[in-house]
Amino acid sequence: MKILNKETLIDTGGVRIGKLEILSQDIALKARPGQFVVLMTSEKGERIPLTIVERDLSKGTIKLIFQEAGLTTKILGAMKTGDSLYSLVGPLGHPTEIKKYGKIVIVGGGVGIAEIYPVARAMKEAGNHITTILGARSKDLLILENELKSASDEFYVATDDGSYGRKGFTTDILEELLGKGKYDLVYSVGPIPMMKRSSMVTRKFNTKTIVSLNAIMVDATGMCGCCRVTVGGKTYFSCVDGPEFDASLVDWEELTKRNRIYDDKEKHICRLNIT
Amino acid sequence: MKREPIKVRESEASIRRGNFDEVVMGYSEAEAVEEAARCIQCKNPTCITGCPVGIDIKKFISCITKKDYSAAFAAIREKNNFPSICGRVCPAEYQCRRACVFTKKGSAFASKEAINIHFLERFAGDYGMNNNIHIPKTSDKMLSKYKVAIVGSGPAGLCCAGELARYGIKVTVFEALQKPGGVLRYGIPPFRMPRDILDFEIDYLKKLGVDFVGNFIIGRTKTLDELLAQGYSAVFLGLGAGIPSFLGIPGENLCNIYSANEFLTRVNLMSAYKFPEYHTPVNIGKKVLVIGGGNTAMDAARSALRMQNITMQTSDTTIIYRRTEVEMPARRLEIEHAREEGVKFKFLMQPVEFLGDNNGFVKKMRCLECRLGEPDSSGRRRPVPVEGSEFDIECDIAVIAVGLKANQILISVTPELKTDKYGDLVVNKETMETSIKGVFAGGDIVGGEGTVIEAMGMAKKAANGILEYLKTDPVNN
Repeated sequence: MKILNKETLIDTGGVRIGKLEILSQDIALKARPGQFVVLMTSEKGERIPLTIVERDLSKGTIKLIFQEAGLTTKILGAMKTGDSLYSLVGPLGHPTEIKKYGKIVIVGGGVGIAEIYPVARAMKEAGNHITTILGARSKDLLILENELKSASDEFYVATDDGSYGRKGFTTDILEELLGKGKYDLVYSVGPIPMMKRSSMVTRKFNTKTIVSLNAIMVDATGMCGCCRVTVGGKTYFSCVDGPEFDASLVDWEELTKRNRIYDDKEKHICRLNIT
Repeated sequence: MKREPIKVRESEASIRRGNFDEVVMGYSEAEAVEEAARCIQCKNPTCITGCPVGIDIKKFISCITKKDYSAAFAAIREKNNFPSICGRVCPAEYQCRRACVFTKKGSAFASKEAINIHFLERFAGDYGMNNNIHIPKTSDKMLSKYKVAIVGSGPAGLCCAGELARYGIKVTVFEALQKPGGVLRYGIPPFRMPRDILDFEIDYLKKLGVDFVGNFIIGRTKTLDELLAQGYSAVFLGLGAGIPSFLGIPGENLCNIYSANEFLTRVNLMSAYKFPEYHTPVNIGKKVLVIGGGNTAMDAARSALRMQNITMQTSDTTIIYRRTEVEMPARRLEIEHAREEGVKFKFLMQPVEFLGDNNGFVKKMRCLECRLGEPDSSGRRRPVPVEGSEFDIECDIAVIAVGLKANQILISVTPELKTDKYGDLVVNKETMETSIKGVFAGGDIVGGEGTVIEAMGMAKKAANGILEYLKTDPVNN
């Protein structure tokens, strides 16, 4: 659980994205694309889920990328190389089903780009044709561009302010691509509005679309039901039944609301604790 | 002439509802001796038949009357590794006390006059704990060369670990959460199961040589096969029943509707009642509804009420149950304590829908009135909803405590483990061995939700099964 390397990927305009390389032989050995870990920074900390972005079998490490948003990610951001986490457990959730689909569009927005990276790589290795679309508010908030470029056959970027790539949304590019050619799968991870829009776009073209949901979790082993989501009218636990689901069936409104359950408390604790 | 039972000391309801300190303070020495003296030492003590692990109750009570508390402790420890825990959480009124000769024949639970066996057990257990009385370790040369893995550190896992470590077997306990104890830590609140007692029992096992590995999920971090390949000669699965059941009614995923497991895990394991010192939040509102009639419902309601008192200096928590008080499966003591603390009870109501506001937060629960019909398979009278009796109850928090199912993580990736239609493990009833050779199981993962002592009873049986199995020298076979 020792942090072997801590990097700050982005630190601009109040947005901070950090990267941790953590020693955990057991998790590294088992981690598959699409899976996540749950960690605690201290005995008094929260349990938060983070996607496993990479693993290094020779060093026995896993790499995590996080954007500082709530208290726990801020504490993580303040941790340094050599520090240790209080707890780390995983790998959790179902791995992505990696196989040959044919042509795949992979869409990543914001810190969600970290989550699509291992999937893009594995899908490419499985012989798929990969088209990647990355989205960020502006150029200086874009992460893993080179890594994803090298895992892709085609590569696009959209920024909200037009400072890099196309001005606009990832889904604008997605819609154009689907309009021009046939794709066998769309894999989309990012903010809920982006995933929801991806789903609306792909539905028009009847393209199967997978999203990885970021519901709030506690134990993440199926024991609390905090992360329950409605998919196709049925309740699932994203920790053990997901985190990936068929985008066209997800109740986005419910997920959006459930992810705001603790907004008040989060604001309160962030005011109190200076990390 | 029968003497009146000695009432156990408890903290004042008006004070305790504002904190998470232990409610029952236990007997003093004099009180214990006096209560023990009420026992008439039956020739054929029926109480023992009521104990799932067959503690020699007659003997330990007799030891207390003679003020030989070490002997009382030893007598209990012969059958039960954790008297301080069981003396606190056992539903004695359905078990030993119900079987006590002072209980009226045919009564659904113990009469008031029944000997307070659980408080005496607790007294003896705490005596042993406070005086550091240890059961001697009897290392067995033949057995001590083996390593056994225990999966899950709840009541079953802890009990099995203790039983095996006594013979010098090298025991490693794997736990998914950050701290050991299972339901004793995440489920049962500290006002019933103080954490120092639990920590003491776990430390005791560590002193016996048991290793605890936290944050480790068998079925994820390592498979069962990998565990066996690591040199563990046998495995005990105390996986527990931790998957919460929901009601399956519209609106159940609205914000601020919790499973009891989530609510209690946040409050107990993550110490949300000390937010913001501890970082895990839990929401609490002006009107809390807890749906269910078991111990978990009582624990959730009493925790919610404490949180209300701590954060708002006022409380309004109501338990909603579809039958009546007599049919409630909760311990009578918990019901009584809940009521003293100010928890309200509404019976014969069945939730049919939750209604929320525009932000998705629950605001109302729609119910039907019920009447009691014919008894069902559980022997309790079935609640029958009355058509057209719909009405709404306001709430801003709802906690669903309507049962738990078997944990599936390991089972779902281990198809060789045979399960029944409920998803519980199928075992050989004599040895507790599962469908995989050398892999044993006990606790709620076998036969569904039960009590702490029942789990320990199964774990003990499994420990014996494991000992017999090891004696066949499985390594060399």
